[in-house]
Amino acid sequence: MGLKLVLTGNYALAYAAKVARVNVVAAYPITPQTSVVEKLAEFIEEGELDAVMIRVESEHSALAACFGAALAGARVFTATSSQGLLYMHEVVHWASRARAPIVMGIVTRTLGPPWNIWPDHTDYMDQRDTGWIMSFAMDNQEAFDLTLQAFKVSEDPRVYLPVMVGIEGFILGHTSMPVEIPEQNLVDEWLGPRRQPYVVDGSEYMAIGNLALPEDTEEFFMDIQNAMEEARKVVVEVEEEYSKITGRPFKGPVECFKCEDAKYVAISMGAWSGDLMESVSQLRDEGYSVGLLRIRYYRPFPGDYIFEKANSTKGVLVFDRAISFGSYGPIFLDTAASFLKHTRKTPYIKNVVAGIGGVNITSDDFSRILKRFVHEVESDGVNVFEWYHKGKVVR
Amino acid sequence: MKVIVEPSKYRLPIARPLVGVAGKTGTWRLERPVVDNNKCTRCYLCEIHCPVNVIRVEPDAGVSIDYDYCKGCGLCADVCPVLAIKMVPEE
Ligand code: SF4
Ligand code: SF4
Repeated sequence: MGLKLVLTGNYALAYAAKVARVNVVAAYPITPQTSVVEKLAEFIEEGELDAVMIRVESEHSALAACFGAALAGARVFTATSSQGLLYMHEVVHWASRARAPIVMGIVTRTLGPPWNIWPDHTDYMDQRDTGWIMSFAMDNQEAFDLTLQAFKVSEDPRVYLPVMVGIEGFILGHTSMPVEIPEQNLVDEWLGPRRQPYVVDGSEYMAIGNLALPEDTEEFFMDIQNAMEEARKVVVEVEEEYSKITGRPFKGPVECFKCEDAKYVAISMGAWSGDLMESVSQLRDEGYSVGLLRIRYYRPFPGDYIFEKANSTKGVLVFDRAISFGSYGPIFLDTAASFLKHTRKTPYIKNVVAGIGGVNITSDDFSRILKRFVHEVESDGVNVFEWYHKGKVVR
Repeated sequence: MKVIVEPSKYRLPIARPLVGVAGKTGTWRLERPVVDNNKCTRCYLCEIHCPVNVIRVEPDAGVSIDYDYCKGCGLCADVCPVLAIKMVPEE
């Protein structure tokens, strides 16, 4: 067993980058991410981490610096949030198109305007089409574990795509919990040296991202889609191996909480899943047959797992903490599409959007929503979409 | 720092440039500057104006141009106050 420390979610990300022995960190401060890289700066300053900290003038440059360093063969890490992530968005695409293994922590925060520092998933969801592998933690241990695993996934020759790990700002970012850090020698052995598909080291002429004809460009896109398919296997393998070195149980891309025999399942992602678990347990005591599927990897979307676990239920309730304006919540869209891959006769599937702008959704709120959903299904009167605004139904 | 370079089984958006991409001009230049060193007064204007920095002016030898990299833009000919540089069609 390694070291057990009481860490904030932000520090958990920093510790994961440290034990992965990153060579380069570049970042720009933004609330609520800043303490991630402050901690890394401390590690470097104190000689605990042999890395270069590049201080940049913007998030665009932060990822550009990481991108360059990654192409040159370095293991790199950065972290950002909200408007900073949006400012970085162009380079987010560059990194995946160049197949550069990079790991980035996203400490989620609502996008302004209006100016808001509370968390929802809008900034994170804005990155869903960028070709990055995307995971999301529920607690600080998972923030550490998923970040460390991200290096292994990203550098797998079947994948060679960058990975972002989400945690909710303040809720996990600034809350302390016990986090177990595996022993450095075990991590070194498990993670191994940096792997990448090519290095730009000046030994030969190379141009990255130069002009390509339409058909070639489309092939690069298709290859990323194929690598995403491979990543489905890789994330499972990596977690299974990781479970062996840490002794912590394997949870999979989707964690099933009382879902095996449930007639109704909720789907969620992130820290509020903890409240949802409480609500599920409480409803079970009251005789409701409910369960939870908690998404840990959002890209590649684990649709087959969800279908397998939820298809024989009577109703699937998808909670989204983001909205695709004019449509539905992103997780709902992916879930519905995943069911259609397998069947035309889906259970009732409903989308509840809630917790936007950091609105606090408690286990009581979840219980209220779940109970209402069960009654709707029983009476055949399900609305496909609901915006839960602390009890008021907007549509 | 140990780095294992293991090629991906997928195509990557990399081009390994040949002549013409790695800063060299290749075959696409339409006109090249030709210098009459007898007319040249060694004023250095062409040297400081060449956008790809391929002109050298020596007090004795006069002007020399690295044609591997010269893009044929004609700026040197334009700035020369004594019309010592002429643009001639590429063969
Ligand atoms: S033609 Fe243009 S590129 Fe060539 S030497 Fe003259 S200024 Fe330089
Ligand atoms: S600009 Fe003309 S005169 Fe001046 S150094 Fe160049 S060739 Fe000679």
